Amino acid sequence: MTDPVRPVLQARGITKFFPGAIALADVDLALHPGEVHALLGENGAGKSTLIKCLTGAYPRDGGTLELDGAEVAPGSTQESQALGIGTVYQEVNLLPNLTVAENLFLGRQPRRFGLISRRRMAAAATELLQGYGLDIDVREPLSHYSVAVQQVIAIARAVEMSGRVLILDEPTASLDRDEVELVFSVVRKLKARGLAIVFITHFLDQVFAICDRATVLRNGHVVGTRDLSETGPRDIVHLMLGRQLESEVRERHGGQGGEVLAEIDGLGRRGMIEPFSMQIREGEVIGLAGLLGAGRTETASLLFGAVHADQGRIRLRGRDLKLKGPRDAVAARFALCPEDRKTDGIIGDLSVRENIILALQARQGWARPVPRARAEEIARGYVRALDIRAASLDMPIRLLSGGNQQKALLARWLATEPELLILDEPTRGIDVGAHAEIIQLIESLRERGMSLVVASSEMEELVAYSTRVIVLRDRVQVAELAGDRITAENIVRAITDEDREVA
Amino acid sequence: MIRSTSLPLIVTLATFVIAYALCASAYPAMLSSRVVANLLTDNAFLGIAAVGMTFVILSGGIDLSVGSVIAFSGVFLAVILRDTGIHPLAAFALVLAITTAFGAAMGGIIHYLEMPPFIVTLAGMFLARGAAYVLSVDSVPITHEFYDWLQDIYWKAPSGGRFRLTGALMVLTFLAGIVLAHRTRFGQNVYAMGGGVQTARLMGVPLGRTTIGIYAISGGLSGLAGIVFSLYTSAGYSLAAVGVELDAIAAVVIGGTLLTGGTGFVAGTFFGILIMGLIQTYIVFDGTLSSWWTKIVIGALLFTFILLQKGLTWATTLRRRPAPGSPMPS
Repeated sequence: MTDPVRPVLQARGITKFFPGAIALADVDLALHPGEVHALLGENGAGKSTLIKCLTGAYPRDGGTLELDGAEVAPGSTQESQALGIGTVYQEVNLLPNLTVAENLFLGRQPRRFGLISRRRMAAAATELLQGYGLDIDVREPLSHYSVAVQQVIAIARAVEMSGRVLILDEPTASLDRDEVELVFSVVRKLKARGLAIVFITHFLDQVFAICDRATVLRNGHVVGTRDLSETGPRDIVHLMLGRQLESEVRERHGGQGGEVLAEIDGLGRRGMIEPFSMQIREGEVIGLAGLLGAGRTETASLLFGAVHADQGRIRLRGRDLKLKGPRDAVAARFALCPEDRKTDGIIGDLSVRENIILALQARQGWARPVPRARAEEIARGYVRALDIRAASLDMPIRLLSGGNQQKALLARWLATEPELLILDEPTRGIDVGAHAEIIQLIESLRERGMSLVVASSEMEELVAYSTRVIVLRDRVQVAELAGDRITAENIVRAITDEDREVA
Repeated sequence: MIRSTSLPLIVTLATFVIAYALCASAYPAMLSSRVVANLLTDNAFLGIAAVGMTFVILSGGIDLSVGSVIAFSGVFLAVILRDTGIHPLAAFALVLAITTAFGAAMGGIIHYLEMPPFIVTLAGMFLARGAAYVLSVDSVPITHEFYDWLQDIYWKAPSGGRFRLTGALMVLTFLAGIVLAHRTRFGQNVYAMGGGVQTARLMGVPLGRTTIGIYAISGGLSGLAGIVFSLYTSAGYSLAAVGVELDAIAAVVIGGTLLTGGTGFVAGTFFGILIMGLIQTYIVFDGTLSSWWTKIVIGALLFTFILLQKGLTWATTLRRRPAPGSPMPS
């Protein structure tokens, strides 16, 4: 499609070197007024680097940037904002302790006789947000509102401050579907106002829901720009990965698993999750499905002893198991990869090796340190086996991409050779390639006879690897699906149906 | 409607009212204007220093040099008035200029060398105290007719209380502090820094200017507190005002300001000061209690307020979680 309208922002030949690597090679990007342009690519493809070059956060090593036909060279995010390029990040970059109005007008408060006029500020903020479909009390502190509302406020501020180009860097990564819709409605309004919007996300369905065109990056190169009305997800994924993803629907490995590993009988905690019972066999993947807040994470925490159960019991290989805390669970060869890897999982400043060895060391106790050579060997083994892409084992783990962090976390627990591995949202916030690898890993662990319990919000994923699926609704176990009955449709039916549907 | 942010202020206010009511029920004489006037006069220097400390703590910092700067200002005034013929007003201006510059320098070091405020102001504390010793190790009396004149300015309430100049100065400082904190861009930037320095930077807050301004205000107000202290004691002594910075911090926290920064009110500090003064007055009235009881009660109060702050933070985070079982598709 050739657009007769002159692009708002035209980047030509953007190049950026990092020590020992080319981060961006000759990247072109044209943004038209009134379009939502998706910027896609696996982690490490260069999306963030490109954004930082556009906003002046990084100096460019080559290329030109034209805004409305005039060449610009912003040297900082403040400068680019003044030029008209605003950015909104995944983590809301507003101040939770200030009120909504104060956040919107920080640095440009309306003044009267040299003093801030709070009344005018509040009135202006209310009016401004009504334009975005938000009718809220702007005198409340920002922390009073949900992340989605905060995100819309961040967008409003960015648009007010800049007003030509809006860059949205994974704004929906931590939002629910309803909340995503709120952000989308705002994006549509801004699109109608003629802003050029760059949208970065890992969710392909969101790309097709809101974007007009997509530019795909791979290893710092532009591999293609597509008009989304003329192409499908498969093509885009193909561009991103450079290889066709294996067929999405896998053949089910019918195995019912081996011996019973653990028997859970009426385990529950008042106010958190109703008592539930299940059998976990060797070589089985049990999927936990349900809506947000249905009790998936709670079930996982209870199984691991991270939350103390006030009723019911767990029998491990026929013997009673008392879980007073995660230490007992680790001793019983349980392992849990939590949902929020940034706060509950990785220790950002420790090296990749130390992070991998952590759980093993914890199980051995501090008096028996894992020898350095052995730590090196274990870490090296898992880095190879799981294809963790790290420049060195000594680099701090926070420098790795999300997918690689997730794999390092998995390695941490695999190093303890668990019998029961509990995964909570193992594929959240990681790119498509790593996604497929983690699913493959789950399969191969199952084939080796490990028992897994996987909580996930992605139904296709659950269908792909589960041998049984337990469906939760409102903190109650409502259905158990096995074999051929595991389909996305059946899961949805179990989640929505009022009457119980037990296999 | 009561907003969660103003709850600590309300609690402080309620504490003050209840404490005063209790005191008054035990000793009805505590209701007299004399007691109120003395409450203001006796705590004037601490209150002025606490205004500066409020800004520092709101920004997420700390200033340990306050007590030393007060002592330095007193000694400096006493020595310069003894040894030269300079008019006290000029000496006051000199003191304010020196202490403001001293605070600004600490702010500059904190910002440009990216040093923690604790260490920088600790160094400032030793420096100022040392400078006071260099000027004089003895207590130097101040005898100047202008001082006598200033000390004699008061407004006598019908019931006998003498409201002095220094108390009025403290109240004025608080009023100026309230306007500065809530009605200027500088004040908003202070709150923004307390909410998160990195975010504030991204939102365009001039960190350097603001940091230097904050510590300059704290230094300058410490100097003003030193002037008031010298009017109060008619002397300058290098060992005076030891630990006043800690009293100021206590007043700020009792006043409902979060030690982590970003939340609080200058007005709260005023009531923090009054509560602390009230405890002292009660012990004087009682006559049988050791004066150390002041410290014990203030310690207990501090603990209570820290617990209260923790509780409030906890309550607000709890409220932000989605309601259980809410129909939100994931």
